[in-house]
Amino acid sequence: MSNGTTPPRAIVAAHADLAAGLVSAVERITGRGAMLAAMSNVGLGAEEMEAFMRARIGDGIRAIFTDLPSGSWTMAARRAMRGSEEVVLVTGVNLAALLEFVMRDDLAPADGARACIDRARGAISLVGGVARAS
Amino acid sequence: MPLELFRIDDRLIHGQVVVGWGQPMRLGFIVLVDDEVAASEWERELYRMGVPPEVDVVFETVEGAAARIDEFARDPRPGILLTGDVDSMARLARLCGRVRTVNLGGIHHRAGRVQRLRYVFLAPDEEGALRALEQTGIVVTAQDVPGARPVPLGDVLNGKGE
Repeated sequence: MSNGTTPPRAIVAAHADLAAGLVSAVERITGRGAMLAAMSNVGLGAEEMEAFMRARIGDGIRAIFTDLPSGSWTMAARRAMRGSEEVVLVTGVNLAALLEFVMRDDLAPADGARACIDRARGAISLVGGVARAS
Repeated sequence: MPLELFRIDDRLIHGQVVVGWGQPMRLGFIVLVDDEVAASEWERELYRMGVPPEVDVVFETVEGAAARIDEFARDPRPGILLTGDVDSMARLARLCGRVRTVNLGGIHHRAGRVQRLRYVFLAPDEEGALRALEQTGIVVTAQDVPGARPVPLGDVLNGKGE
């Protein structure tokens, strides 16, 4: 989702088409989708995913968002960022987290990723339903 | 046999295994069979962190897993045994003699491999090893997630899988 002129500030790597969908939503809501590079895991083996992550970290990426804590992108990111103290990984990414991240471009990418975690957690809530007597 | 799935998957523990297979089968333990992972505390911790706390993970070398296969089989909880490559599963099957089915869950692109399914790429020596497994009576099918149709090895290799 990069516009080809502005290098992305973070990678969003997730199962199937989820990352592209999230980045598309960020673009639609804020016009800042180019700050994020979306990656799917489809057709990629573990070694390819790790090599991709390693290359992007080498390019200067300092923030990585993945979906499942047990997902293969998370594993790949953790391997690739080993020894790179300045890189941060956020698992369980959701749209609220990414919106906060792109709007906080006053922060360095790694700090922005840290800052969006509370927003991401707070976005999950339960509305309605019938109270159960225990 | 509580070890319900013998799976070859080069991603080892990941979403399909933990959620896709693990939740419907009420997974109790995973035996991760990989000589390199078994030798690295960092790798073991990496995989352990990806698994919910109610699921135990046992790390073993191929030889270690073969030696403990009866112990794993006696465990009343549903379990999955994972290897990251064909060779490890073939060695395990040869050493323990207790493998009855093998699930090809994910073997991805690498130099020398040919695509057989969306998620299965095989080199000639890997195809030979899988055929040899079948010749010993082990049923080999490809199936990435529980809801997918199991594809017999013959169809995988003949390009009839998809």
